[in-house]
Amino acid sequence: MPGVPVVRLVGLHKTYAMGDQDVVAIDGVDFTLEAGEFVAIMGPSGSGKSTLMHVIGLLTRPSSGQYFFDGQDVSALSADELADLRSRRLGFVFQSYNLLPRTTALENVELPMIYAGVDEREQQKRALDALEVVGVPQMAQHISNQMSGGQQQRVAIARALVNDPSLILADEPTGALDTKSSAEIMDLFTRLNAEHGMTILLVTHEPDVGRRAKRIVTFRDGKIVADGPTAEILKDGALQG
Amino acid sequence: MNVKVLLRIAWDAIVRNHARSLLTMLGMIIGVAAVVITISIGVGAREAVSAQITGLGSNLVIVIPGSVNLNGVRTGTGGASTLTPDDGLAIAKLPKVAAVTPGVGMHTQVVAGENNWYTSVNGVAPTFTYIREWRMASGSFFTDADDAASAKVCVLGQTVIENLFPDGENPLGKTVLIRNVPFTVIGTLVRKGQSASGADQDDVILIPYTASMQRLTGTWFGGFVSVIAVSAADQQSIPLVQTEIVNLLRQRHRIIGGMEDDFDVRNLQDIANAAASSATTMEYLLAGVAVVSLIVGGIGIMNIMLVSVTERTREIGLRIAVGARSLSILLQFLIEAVVLSGVGGLIGVVLGVIGSGAVAIFGHWPMAIPIEGVLLAFSFAALTGIFFGYYPASKAAHLDPIEALRFE
Repeated sequence: MPGVPVVRLVGLHKTYAMGDQDVVAIDGVDFTLEAGEFVAIMGPSGSGKSTLMHVIGLLTRPSSGQYFFDGQDVSALSADELADLRSRRLGFVFQSYNLLPRTTALENVELPMIYAGVDEREQQKRALDALEVVGVPQMAQHISNQMSGGQQQRVAIARALVNDPSLILADEPTGALDTKSSAEIMDLFTRLNAEHGMTILLVTHEPDVGRRAKRIVTFRDGKIVADGPTAEILKDGALQG
Repeated sequence: MNVKVLLRIAWDAIVRNHARSLLTMLGMIIGVAAVVITISIGVGAREAVSAQITGLGSNLVIVIPGSVNLNGVRTGTGGASTLTPDDGLAIAKLPKVAAVTPGVGMHTQVVAGENNWYTSVNGVAPTFTYIREWRMASGSFFTDADDAASAKVCVLGQTVIENLFPDGENPLGKTVLIRNVPFTVIGTLVRKGQSASGADQDDVILIPYTASMQRLTGTWFGGFVSVIAVSAADQQSIPLVQTEIVNLLRQRHRIIGGMEDDFDVRNLQDIANAAASSATTMEYLLAGVAVVSLIVGGIGIMNIMLVSVTERTREIGLRIAVGARSLSILLQFLIEAVVLSGVGGLIGVVLGVIGSGAVAIFGHWPMAIPIEGVLLAFSFAALTGIFFGYYPASKAAHLDPIEALRFE
């Protein structure tokens, strides 16, 4: 659907009950993410950027405000409908990879397709294609916990893109990697965005990672404090604060 | 999400954690094997008991002389001489009586050629083979004509043959001296084995009861027999036949009012029933123990599944994140529990069958594994899996994915 933003948040609030107190994690956020964008959400820890990620990832519901995913208001959807959206139109990449232990890379990549109801013969073909795209086709039959961190994260990215989602959400994807592997993973994201037109939203607190995105949104105390093309945000020095 | 896919996920998880899976199944394996072996022991023992008892004869009613009181000294049951061959003939005319044989027993030394042997010599009628359900190994049994003629013919049991004809010669046509009276061997009996009380039933020589009374004991005129064996027409009519015999003999022996009977009528069915019911009680007892072990096995599965859900919290979080519905997660863990208990149950059935075979060999009874028992044990195992697997599975299905993904 051209013209329809992948994500549109209007006056979004998220409040947690923590003991007797209510903790405001997201405090009135308006945000739009168009198809084909590569955006980094940055901010110190506790700023609410992870919670925003979970709301956008349909893992939790906002307390108030509206969320349109691919133009669809998700507040009215049932838990099962949300699960189906996650399986077909969202891909997750985590800091700690979250591959299934004692399982081959191929089986890990096939996992989302099992829940999306993809035909079994089709599953293997698409999983191999995805491993090819992320540059580790030779690892297909390797067991997940015998691979290096960088390789595991590539397999995790293959898993995220195997259902050809509308959006890939990456939560601190380089947080557990060394500098060289981090750079390689960011190269991969850049390439996925540029060559495959993948819409990517990543959360990070590392400026080196954030600067690889095309647009940066900075977050503080549950509010967006800056939002613009990477070059502008970096020029303003917002990241140093 | 179809069942095949869920089965695959569950199976993958079980294979991936094979050591833990095997330990989990152990409780179920032992439980099911115990149930199968228990049922098999119960059925086998009951069959062995009833085989021993029916081996004594079909629908058998035994009439023996009662005790007598001579000047205050009482003999035991069977001590009196009150039953005559004519009592037997009269009983044979009662309705629902299929066959009757008198029995005149003695223990004596017998000689054949150079060999001799001390054995039991029973005088019986030709109906004996029918009443005792005893078949011939060779030759033929004596006939009514032999009985009428007090013929000097005999039929040998296998133990007697082994001792009188140790070199394996054919005893048919040979002569056996019983109390120095020559009897011609006209037949041999098949081996019958031990009686319920452990006596060797094959250590016997059968001769016409008329020959026994006339030629060996000399009690033909006014003579008495030591037992009258009666075969009722069917099992249902045993009590009727018993009552009729009592009435008939009281009349014949002129016993009236409160006078004590000078005979005793016994029914082997009562003994058989008592033995069978004690076997059934034992069976219930063992089955109770086995069911408890199945439940313990089920609790073992629940424990491991709870540990497994905790250990795989991140996996569950991930599955939810990539689009698993909570029903899929619930079914995944439930199926895992059911597959564990089902596979455990199958292994248990196999071990149980092997164990039953071993027990049957040591217990010297026929191996009997009732298919209902096996199905019962197996389906109980699967049900246990569902019952005890549900709680851990529902716990997994209701995890918060965000918490689960952060779980260390």
